[in-house]
Amino acid sequence: MAENSSKAPKTSKPKTVKPVQTKPKRNRQSKTTIPAKTTKTSQLSKQLQQTLDELGKEVSIEMMRMMLLIRRFEERTTEMYQQRKIGGFCHLYIGEEAIAVGTAWAKKPDDYLVTSYRDHGFALALGMSPNECMAEMFGKVTGCARGKGGSMHFFSKEKNFLGGHGIVGGQIPVGTGAGFRAKYLGTDQVSLVFFGEGAISQGSFHESVNLASIWNLPCLYIIENNRYGMGTDVSRVVSIEELHKRATAFSIEGLAMDGMDVFECYRVMKDQIEKCRKTSRPALIEAKTYRFRGHSVSDPGKYRSKIELQAYKDADPINRTRKTLTEVGWLNDEDFKKIDKEVKAIVIQSIKFSDESPEPSLEELTQHVYS
Amino acid sequence: MTEMNLLQAINSALDIAMASDEKVLCFGEDVGGFGGVFRATSNLQKKYGKNRCFNTPLTEQGIIGFANGLAAQGQSPVAEIQFADYIFPAFDQIVNETAKFRYRSGNQFNVAGLTIRTPYGGGISGGHYHSQSPEAYFAHTPGLKIVVPRNPYQAKGLLLSSIRDQNPVIFFEPKRLYRASIGDVPETDYELPLGEAEIVSVGSDITVIAWGAQMEIVEKAGAMAGEERISCEIIDLRSILPWDVQTVENSVKKTGRLLINHEAPKTGGFAGEIAATIQERCFLYLESPICRVAGLDTPYPLALEKEYTPDVFKTFEAIKAAMNY
Repeated sequence: MAENSSKAPKTSKPKTVKPVQTKPKRNRQSKTTIPAKTTKTSQLSKQLQQTLDELGKEVSIEMMRMMLLIRRFEERTTEMYQQRKIGGFCHLYIGEEAIAVGTAWAKKPDDYLVTSYRDHGFALALGMSPNECMAEMFGKVTGCARGKGGSMHFFSKEKNFLGGHGIVGGQIPVGTGAGFRAKYLGTDQVSLVFFGEGAISQGSFHESVNLASIWNLPCLYIIENNRYGMGTDVSRVVSIEELHKRATAFSIEGLAMDGMDVFECYRVMKDQIEKCRKTSRPALIEAKTYRFRGHSVSDPGKYRSKIELQAYKDADPINRTRKTLTEVGWLNDEDFKKIDKEVKAIVIQSIKFSDESPEPSLEELTQHVYS
Repeated sequence: MTEMNLLQAINSALDIAMASDEKVLCFGEDVGGFGGVFRATSNLQKKYGKNRCFNTPLTEQGIIGFANGLAAQGQSPVAEIQFADYIFPAFDQIVNETAKFRYRSGNQFNVAGLTIRTPYGGGISGGHYHSQSPEAYFAHTPGLKIVVPRNPYQAKGLLLSSIRDQNPVIFFEPKRLYRASIGDVPETDYELPLGEAEIVSVGSDITVIAWGAQMEIVEKAGAMAGEERISCEIIDLRSILPWDVQTVENSVKKTGRLLINHEAPKTGGFAGEIAATIQERCFLYLESPICRVAGLDTPYPLALEKEYTPDVFKTFEAIKAAMNY
């Protein structure tokens, strides 16, 4: 199968990106950067208007509501961590919500999705319940992985969510295998493989994308470039800062998107997913984003300047969406407050559910090691 | 003597190693300005510059392969793998390159200068990938040395020896004790021998062996046993590879009983190797079967971590069972 497909003519000529400069630009004097420009307030871009027309009022509001749910869920997660109801390591998605939500609305329900340990946002956006997610972090048997995995290891077979993965880059070959399976069985599914920019230095990334290209696999590789691998600025650890340009090395399309704009994420992901479904050619997408919190709950993130952080907070994906929806007259302050109140109540309920859920039984400890 | 925690002792050892030998370099993920996720390399970049203490990308195979190249040319790299659970992308480099470099080049080249530092072990609610104890995988590989310290004093002396040893060493640091274990440590340069176990307390009824963070557990269990008039001889193995067969053998010939405690799963754990060797050498001296108190044969769990762990009570019960056999 593999041999055949590697010899098969490619269904579409992959778009290559321009040759890249060999010497990376580095700004060692000041690490402060500013985020991508936000949409002009005076008028909506043509593209945004088209996206809004396509989605309509209800769906657009639903997407904002989901981003807000993820935000409120994770704010409470922090509190639960501080109260020691959640232990170990806990990585928040705050600031990056637009990527998961844009993707969730762009994909078909049976498309595969796999991501790193920063997985709360994807789980909720894919429709997993806040109850099962919070309970998982509490280590309760009602959690999505029966309390066995915790924060970094959410899974849902029902949603074709192949998991959060604790090892950097570990999920990239896994998502590639899922893509091969879709092609092998002709299921028309696409495999969406997410990872942080830190993972791009792992061998697993290179091995996977090469396989997907030579075998024409329906896989999309999405780099969530939040600019810091723990405390290390991306510019210090990559040879090409425009990470999507690495696509050239694999003869696949590479492109970037504003990962803090949910409608752009939706549009790009929708286009790419459908194209990938049709052509079975992989692509490398760089979602430019930022995490507002540290690498994990225990990291104060002091390696970033206040100015830089504030600049990104000004581009907060939720505020931007709220503003857009207000501009087009689909949302007012009252509506927003109502939605906020609703999602807050859902999160509180998930904590109550988790508190009241039983611990796994002792037998649970040795179950599921083998069939 | 200064009071230090285990992290400070490691930092002090690295500082001395770098000051005393320009060939020593420290690198790994976030090791540079940030000082590592646990701050073991704090201030080293400031003191010795970015050429000697620096960050790498997230590329474990690359880190160790790169370190092999440096070491093969006579440098003494101290490479950090951020968590022992992350070491597996580097497994090929360690097992196939690091361990065999000297042998397969007919002693023309070696990676003697290489030391791999990595935090291991559980007890911090870390779940699957921040808790494992993978020493046994490496113990199956001739050419490597494996060292695990139990407290700050041991950590500093053993790390300095590891860095200066003429063989590649994997130095597993018990992360649960990083800040929890505090003790007097000389500020000066000193080394503790590799491959030598230490008898921590002398006893006559049963020999109890552990290493790293489990030493605290077996010492507590030994104290509980002492209250029931069971005299435990407690040994810190310190080096897993090569390990000090003679000290253990002598002890078991005296006590007639042996318990080995480790945090890693029981099956294929290093206790199996110790038990096999000791029964070969001490068969006629044994009063009870050699006993292993270890982690369960499951992935390291998030929930029920306490139940998984080979804790004080399991160890105490096993000591009693050996005595009453």
